[in-house]
Amino acid sequence: MTSIRYPGAATSEGAQELSARGQMTAGELLRESGSVLRMSEAAAAEQADRAPGDQETMIINMGPQHPSTHGVLRLMLELEGETVLRSKPIVGYLHTGMEKTGEDLTYLQGPTNVTRMDYAAPLFNELVFSLATEALLQVEIPPRATWIRMLMTELNRIASHFLFLATNGLDLGAISMILYGWRERDLVLQFFEKTTGLRMNHNYIRPGGVAADLPDGWRDDVLRILDALPARLQEYDELMTGQPIWRARTQGVGVLTAEEAIALGATGPILRASGVPWDLRRDIPYLAYEEVDFNVVVGTYGDVFDRYAIRLNEIRESIGLVRQILDRIPRGDYRVQNKKVTPPPRARIDESMEALIHHFKIFTEGFKVPEGEVYVAVESPRGELGCYLVSDGSAKPYRMHIRGPSFVNLQTLPHMLRGGLIADAVAVISSVDPIMGEVDR
Amino acid sequence: MGFGKGLEGLQHNFLTGNLESVVKWARRNSMWPATFGLACCAIEMMATGASHYDLSRFGMEVFRASPRQADLMIVAGRVSQKMAPVLRQVYDQMMEPKWVISMGVCASTGGMFNNYALVQGVDQVVPVDVYAPGCPPNPQTLLHSILTLHELVRTGEIVSRRQGGGGAEVHVAQQPQGDQRVTVVRPPVHVGTPR
Repeated sequence: MTSIRYPGAATSEGAQELSARGQMTAGELLRESGSVLRMSEAAAAEQADRAPGDQETMIINMGPQHPSTHGVLRLMLELEGETVLRSKPIVGYLHTGMEKTGEDLTYLQGPTNVTRMDYAAPLFNELVFSLATEALLQVEIPPRATWIRMLMTELNRIASHFLFLATNGLDLGAISMILYGWRERDLVLQFFEKTTGLRMNHNYIRPGGVAADLPDGWRDDVLRILDALPARLQEYDELMTGQPIWRARTQGVGVLTAEEAIALGATGPILRASGVPWDLRRDIPYLAYEEVDFNVVVGTYGDVFDRYAIRLNEIRESIGLVRQILDRIPRGDYRVQNKKVTPPPRARIDESMEALIHHFKIFTEGFKVPEGEVYVAVESPRGELGCYLVSDGSAKPYRMHIRGPSFVNLQTLPHMLRGGLIADAVAVISSVDPIMGEVDR
Repeated sequence: MGFGKGLEGLQHNFLTGNLESVVKWARRNSMWPATFGLACCAIEMMATGASHYDLSRFGMEVFRASPRQADLMIVAGRVSQKMAPVLRQVYDQMMEPKWVISMGVCASTGGMFNNYALVQGVDQVVPVDVYAPGCPPNPQTLLHSILTLHELVRTGEIVSRRQGGGGAEVHVAQQPQGDQRVTVVRPPVHVGTPR
């Protein structure tokens, strides 16, 4: 078989692939272990001394087309027997150039672009972009829009965690989980379709508010979802949480301590699993999270089981949050009534020439945003999702950068895989829950 | 002479005519897709396979991890320049007869991302039989494109590759008319087909 030469296999930082020990100098190996594993030089040198020879190790490639790498993650593993010695994630197979595309789109078109990054939690991408734009514009959005945003993103968190539970179960051999997870996720998606018109990639949250008010009968729809879920979560507990096979497969696997998680920049369930109670909704509140009551779920051991249990219980917390939102959502406008940002209502376009021109100009030229730069972060289901915007005073961002939690969490993989078994690698990858669209952007 | 040519060369008589129908029927009813999820569309593809939309009604619930066991490649999502050679290699590893559905606008045309990073249409890399529109196409659209492909296979429209190596190139949004590819003839074999 001829081997395919992949374009761009070498970068300015060296080869993307993991090289064999024999082909690397001791210094290179040391640098790689030191940088990837966040060890001191002394610790890395000690490991290098004990390292096996080239004959005893094998480098295998996993992905990018692999059913359990959650999309197109490619992983190179160096094995000694069944033990993983080194590993290296190779990303970029889904690089879409979205940050560059974002510089060509107006601020009103921006959410269309960013919503396709973390496609399991699209509303969070729209939310963080809209919050950043509003911070630059210095507009205050009406309370109803804030609460609609909270409602939709919490429901999205539920849907995203169900996606995790489904794929995590599938990866670990609990095949029926994919059917159950999708059954529940579909309940939420049907509500999203009714509200936004699409099951995914909604473009619903926009700078200045949301695209449309909630549909008639939305409260009953949401209540129906909330009533159905607790019994289903109970089923999950029976199927997985208390089950000895599940526990044996997940407990003590892929352990990450709090210090390591912080050093590697992990956020979200990965960080909380290692015992650090860090949740942006509570620690740097945005929207109206100060006014609602919820618990930050924290793990103890930082293993695969903790990360699973955190997500399962975050669904329960989100159900409680949505119930509070239902009680407290105010009446009023669903978008800001600021002529600069908001297009005129559809009815006025028929009667007023000025309204028509205004509408046309907002959608063709966009609105101008004052010069400046801003960083806004929200707690997405995967961790801290940040948006850094630079405006040069025109209608399009000068630079848009997204801090994707999946991308940062992915760098914990080499650390968690080291010294583990290759069979556990699947469990560890799955527990990080990376969404490659957000990693590569 | 293998089944790859679908017994085309033979002059049909009672026996071979029916044998070919049985072969087409079998191909249509146990078409195994390869897992080739790339981006957002992969999530909807998985939703199509899950309980609510239930791909197993069409004998397609086994998503094969190995391309060598798969008949159908659903290109679900945007194809980057870096992924294109991988995609082609997976396609080359599949056994004939094989079919390709381009799922979603990104796979079909590059979609909203007209930039340096994406292949502007997966048909530059592999021959495409059915294009499914949408961003992402919802499971009903994917089911429709799968049923369209099934119909093409059942009627023998795309038993083997065309001369130029191209696919059938059916856009499911445009319903084929009259003399076009999906000709509805009464199937000679009725064995519990779900239609």
